[in-house]
Amino acid sequence: MGLRKFIDERIAPHFHEGGKLQRYYVFYEMFDTMLYSPASTTRAGPHVRDGIDLKRVMITVWFAALPALLVGMYNVGYQANLQITAFGYDPIPGWRTDLVALYTGFDHTSAVANVLHGAVYYVPIFVVTYLAGFLWEGLFAWKRGHEVNEGFFVTGILFTLILPPTIPLWQVFLGISFGVVVGKEVFGGTGKNFLNPALVGRAFLFFAYPAEMTGDTVWTAVDGFSGATPLAMAAAGELDYTAGLTGVAGTSAGVDLTWMHTAFGGIQGSIGETSAVVIALGAAILLITKIASWRIMLGMFLGMFVPAVLFNLVGSDTNPMFAMPWYWHLTLGGFAFGLVYMATDPVSAAMTNTGKWIFGVLIGVLVVLIRVINPAFPEGVMLAILFGNLCAPLIDHFVVQANIRRRMRRKEV
Amino acid sequence: MAAAKATEVLFQPIFNNNPIALQILGICSALAITTTLQTTITMCLAVIFVLTCSNFFVSLIRTHIPTNVRIIVQMTIITSLVILVDQVLQAYAYEISRQLSVFVGLIITNCIILGRAEAFAMNNSPGMAAADGFGNALGYSVVLLFVGASRELLGSGTLAGAEILHPVAEGGWYAPNGLMLLPPAAFFLIGAFIWLLRAWKPDQVEEPQFRIAPNSRSVEAF
Repeated sequence: MGLRKFIDERIAPHFHEGGKLQRYYVFYEMFDTMLYSPASTTRAGPHVRDGIDLKRVMITVWFAALPALLVGMYNVGYQANLQITAFGYDPIPGWRTDLVALYTGFDHTSAVANVLHGAVYYVPIFVVTYLAGFLWEGLFAWKRGHEVNEGFFVTGILFTLILPPTIPLWQVFLGISFGVVVGKEVFGGTGKNFLNPALVGRAFLFFAYPAEMTGDTVWTAVDGFSGATPLAMAAAGELDYTAGLTGVAGTSAGVDLTWMHTAFGGIQGSIGETSAVVIALGAAILLITKIASWRIMLGMFLGMFVPAVLFNLVGSDTNPMFAMPWYWHLTLGGFAFGLVYMATDPVSAAMTNTGKWIFGVLIGVLVVLIRVINPAFPEGVMLAILFGNLCAPLIDHFVVQANIRRRMRRKEV
Repeated sequence: MAAAKATEVLFQPIFNNNPIALQILGICSALAITTTLQTTITMCLAVIFVLTCSNFFVSLIRTHIPTNVRIIVQMTIITSLVILVDQVLQAYAYEISRQLSVFVGLIITNCIILGRAEAFAMNNSPGMAAADGFGNALGYSVVLLFVGASRELLGSGTLAGAEILHPVAEGGWYAPNGLMLLPPAAFFLIGAFIWLLRAWKPDQVEEPQFRIAPNSRSVEAF
């Protein structure tokens, strides 16, 4: 008996009208449509004949994020193994370390060892995120009597990629719960949230548990390791932009850090943000399929480019961040990741074409301002995008009003 | 309004017509002074005193207040009472007074107090007005105590200074939630309080300003 037939004959009747599990229909529907595309189609009225729907949009974004996920996982393991084998740090004791020691050992030249060491940190985060998300999504869908939306599929993977690898799992649960419930469901669910739920979850953790979310100790999964992210080093003036960084004490001791490292990955940071090249691959997928807006991406890039160049020209003796060139801004920290996956979220971004330009430029400018001028935060991508999300409805309102006024004037002439 | 019973006037504002949860008044002080339970309780007592007395005294002279300058007269009464509270706090509870800083003085600008004076005390007898003031202050206190207790418990692991959840920094298990000590947490908690209250009493749910399109329902798919 095939799986489809088995579900239809043995499982489905319990959940449909009259079945004894009818009130749990949403949960059945969620797993059924995950396995098979739904058989129901629109019947009445004219409608666009196009294969694309919410499910396909979401799965495309998911695949676009996959390269960042894989490389990020590898990098988490690589960073940890490198510190263990080359610099004599001890792995964090626990079941994760036992598992790695049992199968591959800690060898930073072995790809398998790196992937495994990354996976033991990443996979639990991933599992907890999706369990929490489906719990909340399912609860709200059940209470409100609609189907479970696919939106969380993307929120979940993006949320895991913007966390540091050593974050405790209960914080992952709290963060994504806050993001889904307060960031999305209280406003009506998928498509009605005005903030990016993944970023809301991260912002919650960022302010609630700063010790586990930022600082020097969270980025590499070895015991007692303390190493600043490249952005923090740049803020402290330890980064030479032409030569890169060679053997600054207290960082990835003795490891070179040039611009190519920041572009290809192999630096410390949140799981998915370290390699600008694989993020560019994701950007290509999103742009070719026209799921992400090129206006937002280009707007945000220009918004970063112009002030960065201006700051370079102005210069400063006391603030080393003034000297950071635009291509370092692009590859360091979460800028590339936020540019491609976060700012382009079609729900929380501006809707109008002119609005998308303004929205992108606003975020880009803010990122540079926070990074360079605000001493409290070395990184500002998350806050800048959330601020952009807040302004998006306002931007759209004025764009629409301007359009109405323009057409009124045209009529008068 | 005219034939309202004293018990109703006293107890309606606690859950049915809560000044913070239903009328959304006076939330500024709810953000500022609710990081610890101690300051919250002090603030609640101060507001209970000021609101009850101001309603009583405004009502007492309501027939003598010229309509044109009534706000100024009300403000004079409220301000005198607030200064009294401030002086007493400075004299007998200096440490708490220092923590509350300007927010005792800012009771003057608490919208609930002027709102009750204007809306209720100007039209009702002194006894009823005092009951109304006391009831509204209790409604305000209920929300403030909920917010204050949650913020101190989750943010510091203590309640009124006594340790409840043993924090990690001292070898315990509880990681204090730093967000709870920041002002936005008070907004989230007041929102949660309103959510719970309206789930309990659905007649408080407001008419939506516009309809949100419903999500597709499972029944329509078949």
